[in-house]
Amino acid sequence: MSRRALGLFALGLLITVFVAVVLSQFASSEPDGLEYVAEDQGFANTAEDHDLADAPLADYGENLESSGAISTGVAGFIGVIAALGVGFGLFWLIRAPNTDSPRRTS
Amino acid sequence: MHIPDGVIGPGVSAAAGVVAAGGFGVAVSRARRYLTDRLVPLAALVTAFVFAGQMINFPVLPGMSGHLIGGVLAAVLVGPWAGFLVIAIVLMIQAFLFADGGLTALGLNIVNMALIGGVVGYGVYRVVFRFAGSRPDRVALSAGIAAFVSVPLAGMGFVFEFALGGTAESLSIGAILAAMLGTHLLIGIGEGFITFFVVGAVMKARPDLVYGSPTFSGRRTEELMS
Repeated sequence: MSRRALGLFALGLLITVFVAVVLSQFASSEPDGLEYVAEDQGFANTAEDHDLADAPLADYGENLESSGAISTGVAGFIGVIAALGVGFGLFWLIRAPNTDSPRRTS
Repeated sequence: MHIPDGVIGPGVSAAAGVVAAGGFGVAVSRARRYLTDRLVPLAALVTAFVFAGQMINFPVLPGMSGHLIGGVLAAVLVGPWAGFLVIAIVLMIQAFLFADGGLTALGLNIVNMALIGGVVGYGVYRVVFRFAGSRPDRVALSAGIAAFVSVPLAGMGFVFEFALGGTAESLSIGAILAAMLGTHLLIGIGEGFITFFVVGAVMKARPDLVYGSPTFSGRRTEELMS
């Protein structure tokens, strides 16, 4: 990557981390559209507890938040790194040969 | 928008799992035709951004919130099939790391958000973009409009699955359809605005990397400007 491309990538990552770590503190805790409809229409009771409901990061750290060990912000940061890492891994593995892109500009 | 375990029966959930796995295979084989190594960092960044964006529930009605799906956002930026993979990765991380979205419902959620929200949403984008004159300065607006439409579409995916395999008895599918449509049209407004601003920002910074734009410098698997 060129220096400008690297800078833009860093800026994008910074914004992403800000959203996951800081903005997430202000997210609404009201049910989302599907949960709302499920309660409204009377099928919310068919939902089962998640198999991993006791996992440390379940519900974005809510399990451990009371013990002060982890917060939504930390969970968000871990999630961003995980998504970035898995994304990089998969897309790097399946990337197309560079020779296919004759109009390469960067 | 994430379906938990138990709401849709095992048969329909398994069928959706098969569709999702098939979609994943198609997505890998399509994406590897155009996703050159210079596009890899953007695709990874979009994956991280969609994860972060989905954490932000914004208020919609008293007692109800909504959050980004990111299907059209990802599809316009990195193409519909790499976009499918973006959303699928996010859903897997949410289900396995954060207990968000049931494990047996993973296929259902991939069908609704990655396949319908992303790949079908990209089809909507192409139609809107053509109507808008196929100009680079209309990419973000077209993406925003398609993103708005994609949310009720994904919601319809749930209603279809519920009609086929919902475990709750004696409920009115018509009432659920109306409720899902109404609420998700409202949530779609948020999806549209976020998509408009994010795609607009990337169009300003690197229009050559935006798959859905005529300024894209790589090769596409299908011809966009016809």
